[in-house]
Parts: sequence; C-alpha cells; structure tokens
Amino acid sequence: MTMKWRGWALATSVLAISAMAQAAPPTAAMLSNACAGCHGTNGGSAGPSMPSLAGQSKEAIVDAMKKFKSGARPATVMGRLAKGFSDADFVAMGEYFSKQKLHATNQTLDAAKIAKGASLQEANCGRCHIEDGKEGKDDTPAMASQWLPYLQIQMADYLSGKRKMPEKMEEKVKPMSKQDLDALLHFYASVK
Amino acid sequence: MTLDRRNFIKLLGGASSLALAACAGTGGSLSGPTGGRRVVVVGGGYGGTIAAKYIRMMDSSIEVVLIERNDHFVSCPFSNLYIGGLMKDLSPLTIKYDKLTANHGVKVLQAEVTGIDAAKKVVMTSSGEVTYDRLVLSPGIDFRTEEIKGYDAKSTPETIPHAWKAGPQTVLLRKQLEAMPAGGTVVLSIPLAPFRCPPGPYERTSMIAMFLKQHKPKSKIIVLDANPDIVSKAGLFKKGWKKHYEGIIDYRPAKKVTEVNAGNKTVVIEGIEDVKGDVINLIPPQRAGQIAVAAGLVGPDKNWCPVNPTTFESTIHKGIHVIGDACVAGAMPKSGYSANSEAKACATNIVNTMNGKELIDFSGINTCYSFISAREAVEVTGVYSVDKAKNAIIAVPGSVGVSPDLSEIEAIYAESWLKNILTEMST
Repeated sequence: MTMKWRGWALATSVLAISAMAQAAPPTAAMLSNACAGCHGTNGGSAGPSMPSLAGQSKEAIVDAMKKFKSGARPATVMGRLAKGFSDADFVAMGEYFSKQKLHATNQTLDAAKIAKGASLQEANCGRCHIEDGKEGKDDTPAMASQWLPYLQIQMADYLSGKRKMPEKMEEKVKPMSKQDLDALLHFYASVK
Repeated sequence: MTLDRRNFIKLLGGASSLALAACAGTGGSLSGPTGGRRVVVVGGGYGGTIAAKYIRMMDSSIEVVLIERNDHFVSCPFSNLYIGGLMKDLSPLTIKYDKLTANHGVKVLQAEVTGIDAAKKVVMTSSGEVTYDRLVLSPGIDFRTEEIKGYDAKSTPETIPHAWKAGPQTVLLRKQLEAMPAGGTVVLSIPLAPFRCPPGPYERTSMIAMFLKQHKPKSKIIVLDANPDIVSKAGLFKKGWKKHYEGIIDYRPAKKVTEVNAGNKTVVIEGIEDVKGDVINLIPPQRAGQIAVAAGLVGPDKNWCPVNPTTFESTIHKGIHVIGDACVAGAMPKSGYSANSEAKACATNIVNTMNGKELIDFSGINTCYSFISAREAVEVTGVYSVDKAKNAIIAVPGSVGVSPDLSEIEAIYAESWLKNILTEMST
C-alpha cells in the first residue's frame, strides 16, 4: 500500500471498506487468532485437555503441525485442520505463538508427586526439556505450566505406541515406572 | 474521544451494565459525536463478544460499545446436554460481561435495540440513541413462524418450546421431558436448512433419546425432519442411534411440519398428516435476527445478510458489518466457532480501515462437537479462506471432515472446547 493511498483512506472517513480492491494474504495474527477458540486468547488455554500454545518455540509448533498434517502424530481434529494450512502458515503461526508469554495455569496438583518429579527431571529429561520445561531443545515443546490432563493424554499415546517417541526420549521413558512418569508430568505442570 | 478505559471504570466504580445504561442515558456521551473512533457491537453472543474484545485488544484507542439486552449470555452449544440431564443447571453455559469491561475497556450497555439508522449512523435503543462510526451486528437468528400455520410467536413457545435460543426455553423443554409419563412420545420437528447449528437437532435427538432410555421406559422420540436426510455428521449419528437408541428414535426424513395445534399437542406435515406428542419440540425455520431484518440488511432470499467475505461489511448498507449465524458466510456453517472466527477477521479489518491500513484476507476455522451419549462425542472441522475469483468464503480442500467414529476422547476435548471458547468470550 502506498503512502498516497493511505493518506487518501485516512482522509476519507466514509470510505466503504469493500471499495478497496485487494486485500493482503492472511497475517500471522489472522491465522493464529482462529486457533484461539480452542487454545485460548493468545494461545493461553483454559481447557484442561487442550495445550497452551503461548510460549512454545516456532520449531516445536512447526514440527507438531507437520506431524499432524502427515498423520505421524495421532489426532482428532488437528490432522484435518493442519491440512488447511501451508508450511509457511505453520512458520507464521509458530512465530506468533512463540512471542506470547508462557501461560500460567491454575490447577490442583499433588505436592508429593511434584517433589518426586522434581528430583527425577534433571537427570532424565533435562537435556531436551531445559529450564524446568520452560524451554525445549530444537523442536522439543515447552511443558512448563501445561495442563496435567493434556500431558497425561500425550503420555498415554506415547506409551501405547500411538504417538512415536523420539529415540532419546524412548531410552529414558522405557525403563521408568508409570508412577515416576506421572510424577514428572505433575512437576512440569507445576512450573510457573 | 470520550473517557479512557481507566477513568471510565473508575467513574463507574465497578462498571455494572445498569450503571453503564444510566451513564448512556444521562451523560449523553454515547448519543453525541463519536470522535471518529467508535465501534458499536450489537449482540453479546459468540460473535459480538469476540468482535468487541479483539477490536480493543488490537487498538485500545478505538472506543467499543457492546449493546446487549440481557446481562448474561447462555450458550446454545452444550445446551442439549442440559436437556439430556447431563448438567444440573445452565451455569456452565452462562457468561457475564463484566471482565470484558475490566480487562479490555469494552463499554457494555444493557439495552434493547429498537432500530438502526444506517444513513445517520445511529442505533436506537431502549436507553437512548448510540452513534457509531462502524456498527457490528451479531444478532443471531429469529424464526419464520409465519410459515407454520397456527404458530403464535408469543404464546406457542410457552407450551411448544423451540429451545433454539438457550435460556428459559431450554429449561422449559427439560421440565416437560421430566414431567412426561413413561411410555410417552416426544416429537422433534427440524426445519429445512440452513438453520443455526446444522448438527444441533441430531445431537438433541441423541440427548433426548438418552434421557428417555434412562428415565422414561417405553417412551420414544419421533423426529420429523424437513430435510431429505440428516444435515450434518449423518453417518455418525446413524451409527450412534443404532448403537444406543434402537427402538427409541423414529427418524422420518422429508417430513416438513407446516401447522401446529398447541391445544391438542399436534403438528401437521404438509397439511395432511397429523403427528401427536406428549412433548413437542418444534424448531421453526429461521432467518437473521429481527434487528438485521428491520434494518434492511437481508438479501434477496429475505432471510440472511449478504456480506463482503473479507470484512463482513454488509453489501447493502456501508458501515454495518454482520457476523455469526445472521450472515451469509459462504461455506462456513452457522456455528459458534464460525462466529468466533468471523468476529476476529471482522475486528481486524475494522481496525485496519480505521487506521488507514490495508485489509487482510479472511482465514477462519470451524470446530463443532456433538454428543451422542453421556460419554461419546463426534466432531466436524474445517479451515476456510476467501476465493477471490468467486468473492466468497470456501473450505480449504482436505481440511473439512468428521470424526472417524464415536469416541470418549472427543467428548473430553469437547469439554475443553466449551471451557476455552466461553473463557475467550468473557475474559
């Protein structure tokens, strides 16, 4: 849009929007706002089975969306929704959500499990889920303050083989007890 | 420009809708000149709340006045679960507007809109006139009751509920079901599409059948569908009905109800076939909310409002945008989630226009869940964009589809869908 056109638009307050000939392609905000009905305003989820997207890295979101699109990651709605967007859209959405502040959830968690999880996390998960899960190495998702039910659904999918674990994760998860894994999820959900 | 957000809230000391109404009536700030930066939003449902909030989030220098006749909103999505007995009251479906004021500075005026003067850019309300620079209408639906002989718009729903606007009508239908004797017959009449919430009548059928199975042995529900087949998620509903409600649901396609007799609880199909019920849930054919019709915003079909697919501005009256069930949004279904997406695109382009910036093409999503039993749900999703050649909203190929089967995990996600979308609308 040229300055000349912009000046004219500003000056003509009664200008009908539909008179404008061309609109720009959807921006990152336009694409991402549509996700917020399920993932919360700016990607901060209020629904316990839906993950917050706020504060995820661009890489984590792009990786998740590509896997939803290809079917590599199991899904209900996300497989179909991902087919409605291009790889460039995924990058735009990823950048948008990565700029939103990590969403702090307020959920009831088991203090003993949190403590146990805290003692296990650094040695077992800390190489990829860094900063107490506030960040992730490469395309590893942030888990801090994520809803516990969401994390539990994902872990169940991993353990059943529906969702494929990265090799490094599999090495650590396989020998662990279900109680230890659940403690870890409580820990990550508790991190603010 | 009138008061800024902080002063406005301070002035009102908590900003109740009543206080705001009083402010509008006495202060004259809403009826006077707008300062060129006022958007008025009519209707505090799935579309209106989001349009109001997002305009303020995108540019807090724009004044936003949300006009709504009630001090709360009850969600139609999930209201079938209440009818089926899965909720004890409507509180999980009810939102208030106070946090839209506190968090975003949306001015809420509780008033009935009585008219719109598109040329003068004025909304007439029960609390006085409100001037605007741009108007967003999210009025939902009203009923074409004149197409059903014997239907009195005021008195008929008091005994023959439609329950297609959530609230007292929803409660009435459940009370009638609870009071019905075992072995009774429920009649559900579905109008020709398009209507609000395409899968809604079939979810309602499922929830009523579930209620009858649990609480009213030997009862049945006769479904009179004006459409040639189930309008949405047909395969999944048929599968669910066979699995759970064999012998309870009597589904009859292509049965258009044309007459009602509230006195003897009878509906008439095409003037010839009488069907009697102990409880009748008659959902009349629909059109855009009355205020949109009165303002002359409906198109040649006299029912729905044609809009620009990028801005949702009416193609009939400039400066008025129509979103949600009332507008013609191409391939998008008339759903709560569609209204949410439409509201955000509309907000974006109103803000950009007011700021002399370029328009942004629409990109939206629909996600819609339906319960079939207490623990199983199904869904339909789609991604939507603008086809420039057709100048219409189309579905992005490959993105539209339904659940592969009934499942418990979909029901779990559905609960979070409700929590998130209502939180978005009210905080």
